Amino acid sequence: AAPLTAAKSAFSTDEKPTSREDVTSYNNFYEFGTGKDDPAARAKSLKTSPWTVKVDGLVGKPAEFGIEDLIKSSALEERIYRMRCVEGWSMVIPWVGFPMADLVKRVEPLGSAKYVAFETAYRPEEMPGVQSVFPVLDWPYVEGLRLDEAMHPLTILAVGLYGETLPNQNGAPIRLVVPWKYGFKGIKSITRISFVEKQPETSWNKQAPDEYGFYANVNPNVDHPRWSQATERRIGEGGLFVKRRPTLPFNGYADQVASLYAGMDLRKFY
Amino acid sequence: MTGKASAPGAGKGLALPQVPKIAVYLVGFIPAVWLFSAGIMDRLGADPMRVLEQELGEWALRFLVATLAITPLRQLFNINLLRYRRAIGLLSFYYAALHLTTYLVLDQGLDLAAIAADIVKRPYITIGMATFAILVPLAVTSNNASIRRMGGQAWARLHRLVYAAAIGAVLHYILVVKSWPPEPLVYAAIVALLLGYRLVRSMVKKAAPRRRPA
Repeated sequence: AAPLTAAKSAFSTDEKPTSREDVTSYNNFYEFGTGKDDPAARAKSLKTSPWTVKVDGLVGKPAEFGIEDLIKSSALEERIYRMRCVEGWSMVIPWVGFPMADLVKRVEPLGSAKYVAFETAYRPEEMPGVQSVFPVLDWPYVEGLRLDEAMHPLTILAVGLYGETLPNQNGAPIRLVVPWKYGFKGIKSITRISFVEKQPETSWNKQAPDEYGFYANVNPNVDHPRWSQATERRIGEGGLFVKRRPTLPFNGYADQVASLYAGMDLRKFY
Repeated sequence: MTGKASAPGAGKGLALPQVPKIAVYLVGFIPAVWLFSAGIMDRLGADPMRVLEQELGEWALRFLVATLAITPLRQLFNINLLRYRRAIGLLSFYYAALHLTTYLVLDQGLDLAAIAADIVKRPYITIGMATFAILVPLAVTSNNASIRRMGGQAWARLHRLVYAAAIGAVLHYILVVKSWPPEPLVYAAIVALLLGYRLVRSMVKKAAPRRRPA
């Protein structure tokens, strides 16, 4: 992991960050296995250099960005965000990244572009979970945002954490971070970003449409069909005797983002 | 916990070295002691409560599967572990009880409203609770006095509930995970095999005339 220089941001929370050890050893990255410690143990096999991110679709200036150029040409910020996993646990993570909106502006989306589709690298030879005899998901992993969600100042493309480039298990070299949504929206190791007219398919929604919606906004009032979303366990807090804390609407970012969903039935668009 | 109770020590088959049953309990509790002490010393990773909870549940299922394997092992491979079956079955119950206690105390912090809502609204919790409820009468009657009092046939009939418990335990596991990771499916396959074996055997027996009533 190489050091990164990043400016502080007013969007950061002042909550205590989860330890680097926990952030980098407790991960969901099913391309490397379904166990929480699988990604840390097995993601070393992912070759993150050279790496290009292809940006295409309904844009005036389609481009392929080499990751080093993208990092060099972006104004990096530290964003300390809460991260709430759909499984009921949470962390506070000091990301380093740049606003997704910066990238959007560079490629000049056309008026017809309404959504942004993201795709993770698909490399069976480097991803043991993808070769599994029990395929957990339909690879490659895909995610999506509405264009206004992608343009929101809280939405970032992260290239580092704790002041250094991303460890592979956290989605190196570049990943999405949308702090008001469940963690699975934060697609890792992105190779392609496409601007599209229709709502794109998303991996977990394809896998279980009644359990994981396109929006996946953190919402304590809409339970997962199989478990409650009302509370969460903050990783690193209390160890064996961890206390549950209430989950906040939009993961505590309601003031900034609730207006994006004005008039929408959040039970229907979960 | 199943089928015909044979007289202790009258087992046919391989002459296995006999270890005292207390040794089964002592060895059986090693994972629990290890898990609790590792948890207290903060050596169960980032989410120690969840690891403790899941591991205790998985050990309960492992011992349940081991209990169910004893009859096929004897009938198919002449390996007689019948004298340890009660201890292994009780270990499954004890681990289920520890798993449940961890859920109630450490996971839910004894929040009775949240627990009640879970039982009513969450099928995996409903099934888990029902499975534990099934194991209770089996554990309570896992002693010679109960067999004498109930009579061998009634006791055996009651203990066939272990099949329902095994199905419940596997369903509980499958329903708690996201997607289809291999572990719960492997347990489901093993339980299906162990129960399927009994079903096939009982059908074959019904088809063939019985030599004498059971």
